[in-house]
Amino acid sequence: MPGKVISVNGSKAVVDFSGNQIHAEAGLVKIKPGDSVLVHAGCILQVMSDEEADSLADLFKELENL
Amino acid sequence: MRDIRKFLLEYDGPPVNIMEVCGTHTASVAHNGIPSLLSPKIRLISGPGCPVCVTVTDYIDRLIELSLTPGTVVATFGDMLRVTGSKQSLKDARSDGALVKMLYAPSDIIPLAAAEPEKTFVFAAVGFETTTAVYAALIDDLVTSGVTNVKLLTSLKVMPPVIDWVCREEGGIDGFLAPGHVSVITGSNLFVPIAKEYKIPFAVAGFEGEQILMALYALVKMIRAGDSRVINLYPEAVTAEGNRTAQEMIAKYFEPCDAAWRGIGIVKDSGMQLKDEYKNFDAGSRDLCSDVTLHPECRCGRVITGAMKPVGCPLFGKKCTPENPMGACMVSSEGSCHSYYVNRRNDL
Repeated sequence: MPGKVISVNGSKAVVDFSGNQIHAEAGLVKIKPGDSVLVHAGCILQVMSDEEADSLADLFKELENL
Repeated sequence: MRDIRKFLLEYDGPPVNIMEVCGTHTASVAHNGIPSLLSPKIRLISGPGCPVCVTVTDYIDRLIELSLTPGTVVATFGDMLRVTGSKQSLKDARSDGALVKMLYAPSDIIPLAAAEPEKTFVFAAVGFETTTAVYAALIDDLVTSGVTNVKLLTSLKVMPPVIDWVCREEGGIDGFLAPGHVSVITGSNLFVPIAKEYKIPFAVAGFEGEQILMALYALVKMIRAGDSRVINLYPEAVTAEGNRTAQEMIAKYFEPCDAAWRGIGIVKDSGMQLKDEYKNFDAGSRDLCSDVTLHPECRCGRVITGAMKPVGCPLFGKKCTPENPMGACMVSSEGSCHSYYVNRRNDL
């Protein structure tokens, strides 16, 4: 489940998961407050993108025709 | 989604075998009751994707030895506490006076070590590419912070060589549910060479039930069409190239090595170890290869490779339960046996 970045301080960040806030490592990805992020073992691994729905729709149209 | 569910439930083509190689997928498949939503002709097989399960007993024994060494504290994720080495587990060792701490994140070890500089803190660094990136970030923080009393005992694995091993040695897999978190780091392109060599499709997927169903639908369609592409159905988190910063961080501190897998043996270049120039962070990880099966009837080795389903093991649910595990697959929440047991999954 992705969390939302609340604040960033160097390579550390505070990330909110449905009201539960944790301190996370942020050295592996560029982030800013408000980003939706994937956290694993206390480390932010990726900023979640919300622009991919179209590519999936195209892919499934293609799969239907296989 | 309704059409996808209908397709998967009513599929009546040739039987297909699909393997997931990610412990989180294994847990989600069981938790969401996915097998009950599939035609009997779509068979799901759990592969070697649980990091704790594939770790050999030599490693556990070394961890216990360190934990019982005066002035040394072993820190670990929770799952590793209950896995038994050749004689006992870290939890048992703690009862004998060993200093063992359970941490949520590897970076939590830094303030602990800074507060007690006279002690050596060892993190039990197991995992695949995803967690290796986290350990690389930890080493980077240690170098920057100047904290010198932290070391890693590593048992780090990479996915492609062991997937190659499964295809070559076991065979019979028609498609792979590619690991989502590993792909976040490595990129979906990591699987292209294997897909081409063995002409098997891969679908990178997220962890929600619907995401897994979508991936299974895609895989069955591709298998039937002889299409062996790698497709990415988790584009909100995974790109073709992956997280380049994380890859560079891993390459800075770690290098490939041969690694020992429970149930498989040594697989060439299937592990990662600290580079020589960072050996001062290593707690004696090299050459931990041998593995002991505690109970003669334990089938963890076969379950890990997908050669046997958990319910095929004579100990499953009888002598071996999450409360009293005989093998690592029943200990970890990502282990196939644990996942089958707690979700009452019983497909053969």
